[in-house]
This record gives sequence, structure tokens and C-alpha cells, in this order.
Amino acid sequence: MNNKDLSASGLFVATFRRDLVLAFRRKSELVNPLIFFLMVITLFPIGVSPEPDFLAELAPGLLWVAALLATLLSMESLFKADFEDGSLEQLLLSPQPLFMVVLAKVSAHWLMSGLALTLVAPVLAVMLFLPFEGMPGLMLSLLLGTPTLSLIGAIGAALTVGLRRGGVLISLLVLPLYIPVLIFGSSAVQAAITGLPLGGYFALLGALLALALALAPLATGAALRISVSG
Amino acid sequence: MAYKWLPRWFFQLASPRWCYQITGQLIPWFAAISGLLVVSGIIWGLAFAPPDYQQGNSFRIIYLHVPSAILAQSFYMLMALAGAIGLIWKMKVADMVAKSVAPIGAALAVLALLTGAIWGKPTWGSWWVWDARLTSMLVLLFLYLGVIALNSAIESETTAAQSTAVLALVGLVNIPIIKYSVEWWNTLHQPATFKLTEKPAMPPEMWVPLLVMVIGLYMMFGLALMLRLRNEILLRERRASWVKELLAVKA
Amino acid sequence: MSAALLSARSLYCERDDRILFEGLDLNLSSGEILQIEGRNGSGKTTLLRILSGLSNHFEGELFWRGETMGEAKESFLAELVYIGHQPGVSDLLTAEENLKWHCALHPSLDASLIEYAINQVGLTGFEDVPAFQLSAGQKRRIALARLYMSNAQLWILDEPFTAIDKLGVAAKEDLMLKHLSKGGSVILTTHQDLSAHMPLRKLILGQSKEAQYIEQ
Repeated sequence: MNNKDLSASGLFVATFRRDLVLAFRRKSELVNPLIFFLMVITLFPIGVSPEPDFLAELAPGLLWVAALLATLLSMESLFKADFEDGSLEQLLLSPQPLFMVVLAKVSAHWLMSGLALTLVAPVLAVMLFLPFEGMPGLMLSLLLGTPTLSLIGAIGAALTVGLRRGGVLISLLVLPLYIPVLIFGSSAVQAAITGLPLGGYFALLGALLALALALAPLATGAALRISVSG
Repeated sequence: MAYKWLPRWFFQLASPRWCYQITGQLIPWFAAISGLLVVSGIIWGLAFAPPDYQQGNSFRIIYLHVPSAILAQSFYMLMALAGAIGLIWKMKVADMVAKSVAPIGAALAVLALLTGAIWGKPTWGSWWVWDARLTSMLVLLFLYLGVIALNSAIESETTAAQSTAVLALVGLVNIPIIKYSVEWWNTLHQPATFKLTEKPAMPPEMWVPLLVMVIGLYMMFGLALMLRLRNEILLRERRASWVKELLAVKA
Repeated sequence: MSAALLSARSLYCERDDRILFEGLDLNLSSGEILQIEGRNGSGKTTLLRILSGLSNHFEGELFWRGETMGEAKESFLAELVYIGHQPGVSDLLTAEENLKWHCALHPSLDASLIEYAINQVGLTGFEDVPAFQLSAGQKRRIALARLYMSNAQLWILDEPFTAIDKLGVAAKEDLMLKHLSKGGSVILTTHQDLSAHMPLRKLILGQSKEAQYIEQ
């Protein structure tokens, strides 16, 4: 590895750690996506019907939709603080590849949102009477799918970082792009319940993740430069 | 950044004034031809084309539904392409085209959805069905609305143009993925093969009026695009001397 | 003959229906300080952001060391320290943590000089304090500390002395002179009056459409 590679991976690690440290120092915000996840799930038995059979049928899609919305809600914080204190400008003036920085930030963000949701999901699945056979499918599909959600969400966050109330707009921009992940993710859980093989679903989710890993940070970087130049 | 392999007229296009003049000349032709095509296409389709053996007369709405669906999709590609050109070559005209296309494309998507619903009611009894084509068209509408919303939320014209270009391109990459996943989702939940647009080889009496409508609508909405573009040019170039002269003459 | 560092040709920029500047030419050689002056809203910050590459809302060409900015972007960024209106200091991090991250961002910053830099800006004893507990002036000093850690040729500073007292300003002036003697250059805007002994060139924006140069 020459000097450039060393400093690029060093930048990844430094940014990753910085974002984790910042997230932990804002402890109150850490739990918000999780609480939202729980609350959305709770709305359905209350608003529609608490019948176990009904909820069990709803569960795969509902868990996925709720996780998706919770991720969306937390996307605004990805770049906002850095934009406001001038750190984003400094980030863009780095001679190091922006790709690395974006990837580091999204990874740290995913740990606090997508991964946390994945770990909490079984508890909520029990509340929705998801059959036990569906659990591995649920966790694996969320594990594979939520990073893609974070990566795509980052594009929306970058496009709107300069706007005063960009929060709702992010959802509008990003939701259509979430649909493929939602379809394959919830279908994977359904398939797990009915005992069908899951390999194909995970391959598809994996392919989406690979595509997102390759392309989303590029779009995010371009969007960041555009938003800051205004 | 001029590339030698690009023809000269490509860079001539970059002048808003030249665009304004050229569109001014094209508009009367487009109006006449599109009017002719659309009117004849509608009459032909509604009155003269043979009724479908399965669906009777209600299928005639495809003479509006299919062209508008095709247009909605190709206008999105036009929007993304114009945005990309504006982004890479910093052409203001390309930005203006992209901005003008967005509402037209959205309107086309709405038209496709409405005509799809009108088709659906007599055919399967309800105003809406979650089939692959309609759901994909709905998602396309969302993509359009996202572009429009982002454009209006950003104050600086340049930043707005660049941001929406990035968004349009991201959407473009996603469209095939979305279509594939929605089709796949549809086969999961609708084992009954109810393909609205899958038709066995259409006899010419059916597809010729369809073609006429497609071309006619392309010209008609192309006309709408040119009108919007001209307004956008006048608005953005309002401080240029040629605009001031033009408006002074009209006043 | 000092080497030409940064040049700009025929810069044109408009904002909110006003033309900020047009036909602006700029030449910065090594060992120079260029002060951009003008009333509020005359486009000083905009110009600095254009020169540092943050903003592309302009027409015209930029050159770094004789090459176009498009070709030389990476080496330009490696030799630039930019301190803008916002200090680029994260409130929840300490001074030391902030500077460590900046070192990861910019290879021109030497991490072993962090302690020295903190000392030079008078923040010794405050290294471990989260920045939100510091005053605005102290936060700005964290940003300015980077100047003590960097061997970058070009400094672009936008109102660097906001909330800094006279002693601090004098210290920074000395720092700038040292930087010049090593061949570096500075472009800055400031409301403060710099000392008479500072070798300045001034660029005044906004009086006519074209800018004017004044030697001090």
C-alpha cells in the first residue's frame, strides 16, 4: 500500500470513529429510530385489529415498512450537523477521495440505525405474532437490506442538506427508490415462514447492496458538493 | 470543456436566444401536425378500429393510455439526459429543458394512471388494481414529483438545476430495478394472468391508429415542452438585451 | 521572481439578480498577502469560496501553478488551508479530537504538532474540553490552530479574526509573516485593520463592476 492508500483508509477509520463518538455524545438521539420503530408497529394492532392471525399475516411487510420509515427518519442527521458547523466544507476540501468519507459516515450511521433496528426486530416480531420460522429470514433480510437503505437515504440527505426543513423532502425523494429493497426484503421473510429456500432473495438483496455500495457514495458526494456550493 | 467529436449544432443549442428563435419557428408546424395526428388518431381509434374480441369497446382507451405511458417514461429519460448535459457541460439551456419537462412528464404519468383506471372499471370492476404496469407508473409519478419538489425547494437556480439533475439520474438508474422488482412482486400476488398490455400480435387495424396516437402525442407534448421552455428562457434571461427588446416590442 | 501560485481570469459571478463581479483577473504569487475588501454583500466570501473550489457558481478560469484547476485540483487541495465563516469545529468534540480529524482529512497537517499548535493559540488546558463549552473566540482559535500545523502553501481565510483580541491578531500577523518567508501566500478578508508593517495587496470589490488593486 502506498501513502495514498494508507491515508485513504486512515481517513475512513478516522471519520467512522468520529461519527460514532458524535453519535454517542448525542445519546438522546440514538434511541429515536428505535422508539419510532416500536411505535409504528404498535399503531397497527391498535388502529386495525389485534387478532394474532391477522397480525401474523401483516408482520413481514409491516416490520419491513416500519424499519424503512425509521431509517428514513434518521437520515437527516447524517450531514446536517457538519453542514451547520462548517465541517462539511472542510470535508469537501480534502484532497482525499470523498467516496471514503461518505462511506465511513454512512457506515457509522447504519450501525446506529439499521443495525440497531435489526437487533430489536425480533422483539417486535414477537408482538406481531410472526411465526418463529420467519425470524432468521427477518434478521438476515434486514441485515442485508438496511445498509442499502442507508446508502440510498444518504443521497437524499446530501441533496437536501442545505435546506432549512429538508426532513420531509428526503422521504419524498427517497421512498420510491426504496421499493425494490422493500419488495425483496419482505418477500424473504414471507418465504422463510412458508419454508421456501431463501438463497435467491439474499442474492438479490446482496446484489442491490453491491450496486448501492458502488454507486450511491458517488451520487452522495456529487450532491454534497452541489449543496455546499450554493 | 469542448469535445471535438460533438457537432457544432450541439454547442449552438447552448444559446438560449437561438433556442428561443428555433422553437418559435417550430411551434406552428408542431401545432398543426400534432393536432392533425391526435384528432385523426382519436377518431380512428374510437370509431373505426375493430373492437377487441375479449374486452369489447372498453379497450379503446388504450389509444390514450398506452401512448401516455410510453411518453411518461421517455420524457423522464429526456429529463435525466438534459440534466446530465447541463451538469457536465454547464449548459443553461439543458437545465431549462430539464426543468420544463418535469411537470409535463408528471402530467403524462397522471394521464396514464387515469386512463388506466378508466380502462380498469369496466374490465375488472374496480377503479384501481395493483398490477405491475400501473404500480410502476405510480412510482414513476413519485419520481417526477420528487424532482419537482426538490427544484422548488432550492432557491438558487444553479444549485436547483444541478441537484435535480443528480436526482433524475439516480432515478433513471433505479427505474429498471423498480420495474423488475414490481413485476416480480406482481407475479407473487396475482397468479391469474391478467396482463393488461400483453397483447397477442395486434392486427394492423389496431396498431396503426395506436402508432398515429403515439407520434401525435409526442408532437403535442413536445409542443407543450417548447412553450414551457420559451417561458423559462424569457424568465431566466430577462436581463439580456434581446429579451428586453422582445418584451418592449410586445408591450 | 516569485512563482505564480493562484490565478484567475475573467471571473464572472452573479447572485440574486446582481452581478457581483465580472472580468475579474487575479494573480497571487508566493510570498504575498492579498486582502479582499469591500462592503458587506459585495461578494468577498463568494470570491473566496470560488477561489478555494467550494463554489462553482461562476464563469471564468482558475489556474494553480500554471495548470488549469481541473487538472491540478488534487494538488491544489493538498496545498490549501481554508478557514471559512464557520470555524469547522464540531461542538461535541474536544479541541484535540477536532484537530486530529482535520489531520486525517489533510495530509499537509502534521498530527505531532497538535500540542504545539494548541499552545500557540492559547488553549493549553482546554484540549479536553468539548467545544460547546468554549467561547466563540476559543472555537475560532481551534480552527486557526491548523495554521500552526500545516505546511500548505496557500491560506484562504475568511474573517479569521472574528472574536479574537488584539494580542491574538498580532500573533497571527507574525505567523503570517513567517508563512510568507517560507514562500507561502495568504488571501484573506477581515474587518480588522492589519498593522501598517504588513506587506499587503488589496483587492477592492463592488465599487465599480471591476475590482481595483491597491498596494500598501
